[in-house]
Amino acid sequence: MLLTALCLTFIVFWLTNLYPNLEKLAKTQGNFRMSDEAVASYLDKNGYLEPMPVKFGQWLGVLPGWVKEVDGELRGKCFDTLTPEAEHATFCGVLQNDWGFSTVFKSDVSAIVAERLGLTGKLMFFVMLVMVPMALIVGVLAGMREGSKLDRSLSTFSIASTATPEYVSGVIFIAVFASSAGWKIFNGSATSAMEDANFVNFTLPVVTIALYGMGYIARMTRASMTEVMTAQYIRTARLKGVSFGNIVLKHALRNALIAPFTVIMLQFPWLLNGVVIVETLFNYKGFGWVLVQAAGNNDIELLLAVSVVSVIVVLVTQLISDIGYVYLNPRIRIS
Amino acid sequence: MEPLTWGEIFLRVMQQLMPVWIALIVVFAPSLAFKRRLGLYGKLFDSTIGMIGFALVMFWVFAGVLGGPLDMIVTHDPLSQISGMKNKPPGTALRRPDEGQYAYFLLGGDNLARDVFSRVIKGAWIVVQIAPLATLFAFMVGITLGLPAGYYGGRLDTVLSFLANLILAFPVILLFYLLVTPEIVLTGIPNYMALFLFIFPLVFATILLNSRYHTQPKLRTPLLACVIGVLGWLYLSLVSTGGAVVATPGYRIPGLPGAIDLFDIDPGILVVFVSVVFVNSPTVFRIVRGLAMDIKTRDYVSAAQTRGEGPWYIMLWEILPNARGPLIVDFCLRIGYTTILLGTLGFFGLGLASESPDWGTTINSGRQLLRAYVHPAVVPAVALMTMVLGLNLLADGLREESLRD
Repeated sequence: MLLTALCLTFIVFWLTNLYPNLEKLAKTQGNFRMSDEAVASYLDKNGYLEPMPVKFGQWLGVLPGWVKEVDGELRGKCFDTLTPEAEHATFCGVLQNDWGFSTVFKSDVSAIVAERLGLTGKLMFFVMLVMVPMALIVGVLAGMREGSKLDRSLSTFSIASTATPEYVSGVIFIAVFASSAGWKIFNGSATSAMEDANFVNFTLPVVTIALYGMGYIARMTRASMTEVMTAQYIRTARLKGVSFGNIVLKHALRNALIAPFTVIMLQFPWLLNGVVIVETLFNYKGFGWVLVQAAGNNDIELLLAVSVVSVIVVLVTQLISDIGYVYLNPRIRIS
Repeated sequence: MEPLTWGEIFLRVMQQLMPVWIALIVVFAPSLAFKRRLGLYGKLFDSTIGMIGFALVMFWVFAGVLGGPLDMIVTHDPLSQISGMKNKPPGTALRRPDEGQYAYFLLGGDNLARDVFSRVIKGAWIVVQIAPLATLFAFMVGITLGLPAGYYGGRLDTVLSFLANLILAFPVILLFYLLVTPEIVLTGIPNYMALFLFIFPLVFATILLNSRYHTQPKLRTPLLACVIGVLGWLYLSLVSTGGAVVATPGYRIPGLPGAIDLFDIDPGILVVFVSVVFVNSPTVFRIVRGLAMDIKTRDYVSAAQTRGEGPWYIMLWEILPNARGPLIVDFCLRIGYTTILLGTLGFFGLGLASESPDWGTTINSGRQLLRAYVHPAVVPAVALMTMVLGLNLLADGLREESLRD
């Protein structure tokens, strides 16, 4: 797992540090009409031209940060011109908990990421609150009588919802609920929801993400529910004369929910995509929005921090889903 | 002239789409009549859902093919701007229509005064071209690597699975933002990836034929020479542009000279294509690997092993045909997913040119004024949705029908 994270960050590091990307960075930082020599000298002054593995080691904090003398001034990765010489640190990298400095937002990367993650966390919390119960209800209702009319219509609904990516449903929702042509019930922009989320400005982004993820979970729930409903012990319960509602709620449901749990956990990385799209579409300045800004401007250190966070999210959810599966399923736990 | 009413717009759109309806009838009538004799394809027409899905997919395929290269359905040029038509609602009449010009913007004009209807049809052609082909390449990569990983297991499997999981752990959008930029195109990385990814169909076809016919050298040698010749030529024309395989400011690797180069691919399209294949192939790899691991324990595989068949013969001629059901279903689903990915790229303005009529780009340019003018973004959004929905329903129908027997 650590190896995967390390490999992934190195790939991101390598791609962002390719020369054309550095050139673009230099030009956005300086000005767009810089000559090739000016670009090279800017990059050299800021330590971008060292060999790739060395730079990666510096970013990680296992190699000492670069120190250079430019125009009689000592410059380095780990200090700026104002720090007194005695306080110059040798190592500064992720291992020293120094995530670097964002060139787009002109502030510390860790502060930006923490703030934006909080905002996205809020969004995700409400998405989960809407998506999970809805998906489970749809799946259980569809799966309890396989082949019935209810099953057919709910299954088609969940197929339709997986077939509608966020940028399509978001556009349609805005057109219907937040434009001059449709009803103006909700806000088409969620910028104000960053401070104060309410029903009017937060519904559309939440529903947009929830809808796309819902279909998949509902289908998984349905599949595992239909499987459970054909099991022997359900037939026994029926023959005993237990009512249908009781069978579904007390006998089938618990066993049917093991598989969807795994799916819900594995859905997190997918939701990350949805978050990026929806935050861009609704102008909600969270984690996904930062990703777009960082990637669009080749903000190397911010982009690295963003990818580290998202890779950790992916790997941790995989781990939780494995552990949770064992915990929920007594057959595996006991053996 | 008066703008059209909604009823008239509907009628005129239907009339413009007439070639598509005719093509659909031509496909559906014989299929329905002979559905008992057409195998899995015929069985599709037994399930309503599968039939609806197939109709939706074929609708867009015909609209793309007839409207794209054959230029039939479209009413205006998708790139030309007509004065006075900026953001006009559906059914608006042209101010001064020229001789022979279609007098209305059936589905309105976008923010650059272009015809929304024609752009959607032209956009269908882009999707219909790229999505199935990219999915096919992803399948070639996934099958060629997944079969040995599942069949042999061991260290090969560990390494390949690690690589696949590595790519899968990447958030797709981050990967796109890193790969699909003009700066990356300059470094030549997409060309290297194309070199690597596009070789797989060639490898696949060669191994497939060789493993089957290597006992009959008289048939095998000319057959392989032909196949490698044709596919190799296609491969080389695919990867070389302007006489070079990789051309960066610093160096160039010479490729096929321009005279025998069949077609050139725009670098913007190439990078989109390559990254979509790259994102899709690890998932296909995992599916094929899982299927191979499951099927290799069957009796007919042991029988083939006892007969002394080579490992590639077993993989490609015993395991693969028996894994076709799930693979066909996944192929349909994956085309839909690829369509979504293409739309995502367009939505973030990556890769394709900003005036390109593909659906994602059109949605992106339409969303800025979405609160005031709905139609430029909603029309391509609905188009994309119906196409992906069709593919999903088709996959569902196929799954149901293939499970039945």
